Amino acid sequence: MNEGHANTLVVTLVTITNLLLAFLVSGIVIWVLGEDPWFALKTMLYGAFGYDEGLGYTLYYTTNFIFTGLAFAVGFHCGLFNIGAEGQAYIGGLGVGLVCLWLENWPLWLVFPLAVLASIVLGGLWGAIPGYLKAKRGSHEVVTTIMFNFIASVVMVNLLSHVLRPPKEMSPESREFGEGVWIPQMHEIFEWFGIEITQTPLNGTFIFALICLFLVWRFIWYTRWGYELRTVGTNETAAVYAGISVSKNIIIAMVIGGGLAGFVGINEIMGSSHRLMLNFQAGIGFTGIAVSLIGRNHPLGILLAALLFGILYQGGAELSFEVQAIDRHMVVLIQGLVILFAGALENLFRPQIEQFVKRLAT
Amino acid sequence: MWNDLLLILDATLRISVPFVFAAMGGIFAERSGVIDFGLEGKMLGGAFVAATVAYWTQSAWWGLLGSIGIGIIFSMIHGYASITKRGNQVVSCVAINIFAMGLTVVLANAWFGMGGKTPQLSREARFMSIELPYAEEFRDIPILGDIYYEIISGHSILVYIAFLMVPVTAWIIFKSSFGLRLRATGENPLAVDTTGISVNKTRYQALLLNGILGGMSGAYLSTAHLAFFVKDMSAGKGYIALAAMIVGKWRPYPAMFACLLFSFLFAIKDKPEVFDLLKGIVPVKLLNSFLDMSPYILTVIFLAGFVGRAVAPKAIGQPFSKEK
Repeated sequence: MNEGHANTLVVTLVTITNLLLAFLVSGIVIWVLGEDPWFALKTMLYGAFGYDEGLGYTLYYTTNFIFTGLAFAVGFHCGLFNIGAEGQAYIGGLGVGLVCLWLENWPLWLVFPLAVLASIVLGGLWGAIPGYLKAKRGSHEVVTTIMFNFIASVVMVNLLSHVLRPPKEMSPESREFGEGVWIPQMHEIFEWFGIEITQTPLNGTFIFALICLFLVWRFIWYTRWGYELRTVGTNETAAVYAGISVSKNIIIAMVIGGGLAGFVGINEIMGSSHRLMLNFQAGIGFTGIAVSLIGRNHPLGILLAALLFGILYQGGAELSFEVQAIDRHMVVLIQGLVILFAGALENLFRPQIEQFVKRLAT
Repeated sequence: MWNDLLLILDATLRISVPFVFAAMGGIFAERSGVIDFGLEGKMLGGAFVAATVAYWTQSAWWGLLGSIGIGIIFSMIHGYASITKRGNQVVSCVAINIFAMGLTVVLANAWFGMGGKTPQLSREARFMSIELPYAEEFRDIPILGDIYYEIISGHSILVYIAFLMVPVTAWIIFKSSFGLRLRATGENPLAVDTTGISVNKTRYQALLLNGILGGMSGAYLSTAHLAFFVKDMSAGKGYIALAAMIVGKWRPYPAMFACLLFSFLFAIKDKPEVFDLLKGIVPVKLLNSFLDMSPYILTVIFLAGFVGRAVAPKAIGQPFSKEK
């Protein structure tokens, strides 16, 4: 076993150990609540995989988490802690919704790129402001992005209840977009090839998410911009010395992150609900942090971690349906634990694992 | 007009309490060199535990003790991750905040099944307002009597404790020998270490105080300000307190004034007079949202240092290691 392989093995084992620790504590919480953790686990897995509708939902949630996971990862590579994906997804989604409302009679192949652009512009703007304040004024992005989440929420509540709500409707939602701009659902796409699958909210955005994973991977590791971004994240002083603008890269990272977070709107608004509504982004932004950290901020890891959280979300929904005492927020609790163990306590058992791998190698 | 002003100032004081508690807690942690973005989680956890324990025991004081307990537990987890294990401190804080968001709702639903709410507390189980001596009698004195009756008197005990914490914090930080060690630990841990004082122990002590104050900030929300816990009750207040602390440049009195300023904005934003006043300047359709988001926007503006640059303790966020 060469050094590279040993390193990969260590990282993988560390990640799995941390994940297991998070699950162990979650299991204890379930046990304290007087429920059976094994039964809970089985119910969750069945809910997530056991039948094709569950699987569809799992992948549908996975799509969202890929976007917010990437949003966090891009910032993290630049040394930023962008916890504002929640607000960026909300405002980016607003852009998607506005484009769809405005151009609902246009063909999808024209509206889709415009919606992507709108999401990048608005979501990116929502990231750019905290980015600018961080770069130029030194305001910590954790506080400013959280504040921007709240501001986004106020903006959306007001827009949806006063401006976008059709006059005769009661609920704060926009009207439904024309069917022409709906992103085809997965069962429709499969139908083109003559394969029949169950109808779920899973839609073509999933493919777009996979493309985004690939593009971000290329961007971060194989372009000059990605290199500059990582340099700023690893060593600001070195970056300045090399003539790399720290402020510029911070702002770029936040814009890209905001744009990626905004794509949640494409999955949720254009792909599933077909209208702008309140809180479509709820919790997805925060989940991105856990997804990125457990995926070690690498697109491949993010894909796996997003899938894991897709399972937790869908399985968690099934679980709270089966067992009244366990609330859907259980998954938020697990997220917190995952961030704690995979992020802050990542070195908890690292020395032991390194020892173990070393012994294995010799 | 005078009466309006009195009422607004009275409301400002009530609203400011969780900010003041949390900001003082934040000062202890950050002055010792440990980042604390986790005030939000401690506030939320404190609010939930206080309401729950107060409901079970029918005593607000047991509730308060419970909130202090959860505050300490959270700050010790943070301490273990960031002091002992030298992990990323911001990550640890965000983990605690998100964990608290999930845990409070899961437990509230499992125990009470009311959609993330806890049952309404009876008068005995919460901190009621107390009338200070001679408030009625002094009322006839112009201006001062009003101020005494309307603003100073008639709050729950936690309000007085919160404002007492400001001079106490200032004294501990700037006048006590523990405070000297604490500040030195945050500025130059190596120097502290060479004098034979344990940097890590000092930081843990600072976090202990931080946990106590963080928990108390939550107890105020659920057992004094309101009489129950509700999902996401802290609503960013922990972060705003942190911003107030930064605006106050990590000093107790300026931080307290920053808290009062933010609270003043919360207090006036729902007043119809303010609405009428701004009607001419901002379009009515936007005015409501403008007022709703004003505390958050101002937090951002203040934090951006448009009121002067803030310089953090030098060693903040750096785990201490003797080997360096």
